[in-house]
Amino acid sequence: MLFDKFQTMANFQAELASRHVAPFGAVTEKILSATEGVVQGRNVILAGTNNYLGLSCDVRCIKAAQEAVARWGTGTTGSRLANGSFTEHQALETEIAQFYGVGHAIVFSTGYSATMGMCATLAGQGDVILLDADSHASIYSGVKQSGAEVIRFKHNNPEDLAKRLLRLGDRAQNALIIAEGIYSMLGDVAPLQEIAAVKREYGGCLFVDEAHSMGVLGATGRGAAQAAGVEADVDFFAGTFSKSLGSVGGFCVSRHPELEAIRFCISAYIFTASSSPSVVASTREALRIITAEPQLRQKLWSNAHQLYAGLKALGLTVGPSASPVVAVEMEDRSATIDCWKALMEAGVYVNLVIPPASPSTNFLLRNSVSAAHTTAQIDTIIAGYASLITAGLITPNSKAQ
Amino acid sequence: MTDYQEYLNFLYSALESQNKNQLALSEDTTLVADIGLSSLEVMEFIEKIEDHFDISIPLNILPDVNTIGDLAKKVRELNL
Repeated sequence: MLFDKFQTMANFQAELASRHVAPFGAVTEKILSATEGVVQGRNVILAGTNNYLGLSCDVRCIKAAQEAVARWGTGTTGSRLANGSFTEHQALETEIAQFYGVGHAIVFSTGYSATMGMCATLAGQGDVILLDADSHASIYSGVKQSGAEVIRFKHNNPEDLAKRLLRLGDRAQNALIIAEGIYSMLGDVAPLQEIAAVKREYGGCLFVDEAHSMGVLGATGRGAAQAAGVEADVDFFAGTFSKSLGSVGGFCVSRHPELEAIRFCISAYIFTASSSPSVVASTREALRIITAEPQLRQKLWSNAHQLYAGLKALGLTVGPSASPVVAVEMEDRSATIDCWKALMEAGVYVNLVIPPASPSTNFLLRNSVSAAHTTAQIDTIIAGYASLITAGLITPNSKAQ
Repeated sequence: MTDYQEYLNFLYSALESQNKNQLALSEDTTLVADIGLSSLEVMEFIEKIEDHFDISIPLNILPDVNTIGDLAKKVRELNL
């Protein structure tokens, strides 16, 4: 039967419903601030939003969007190649290119379409793509469409990348290497210095998705490549406006002038409506703010260190170092669901992540920190996890400090 | 050049830890439907093979791989 393959998912959803848990269908009824809302009738701290700098509720961004919607209307009703290219889109492309200090930019309607579209288009039949094994689903989707030969290298493992490039011989010169800045599920940062060194040795083009690291890492917030000092080695940067910039949309920027021709070959750019001008206007304002206010990044990292240290001190299994994404790893699916529900009841709304969305067979309670969280809110999140231990829902590991 | 049977034998031994139900393995055993490997476990298994033979196995071949025999043939081709 056509529908048989969906039965496992239907069974899982039925199991969640029978336990009165809706981790993948929780509805936000009201946004009270960048870090608080009413979800399923309950006031909660928003601890899984990716709203790293809290700009979704910044009054300046809201004002910019309001003015744009009054001026341009609610939507463009067309593709950038047809009737959907407004001066707002062009201005954002100029500004995002300037932000990265390069000459060329494409703005997409979503972050997913930016990475998927670029990965589907840059390499084609006869080319080779080497991608980090823990790459985002949008990257996997893109490389699958590309027609290129697709090879995974072990996650955050430059030696494995080098080995695979070596095996390619002369073909390595023309390979597309794909990595991310911060990986979305565990918050680990790519070793871009080492990856760039491998690229210099063997050749190829380097594509870095800074979706979770733009606005978060680097002296001016450009991301992990800036923090690692290897921006000159990166051929293409991609990213999203839906995280640190608090809106929606995506981008690709490059020093290569060929990006202007590539633009006209990307299905995900051509065959979809362009972003609403109000969205673009709030994005432009957010970009201005993250440039002018580096203190937002400092506050974000202060909060990240507080949450990471607090959860680690409880003896929970978290990543190797502090990051704005702090995921608690668990082995048992049922226990993880129980914990998610108990956290919700304690007023803490986090992400529940199950394989294959998690990078291993483990289940995750994924937290993302915002600069807008107060110290007291971070303490409440930590207290929520402590109550899971008290209730016997989660067992701390023996290495607890 | 290694014989097809040698590839099969390696795959049988490499699957040992993932063969939770102790199924009797043959070249017709399917990785997902019979052994019950998840997509993540399939990729872990592929990495084991890559490390052993010092090859890269493109993801593109996976849609054509259902059984242990299918995989043995693909690995033999890549290792020629």
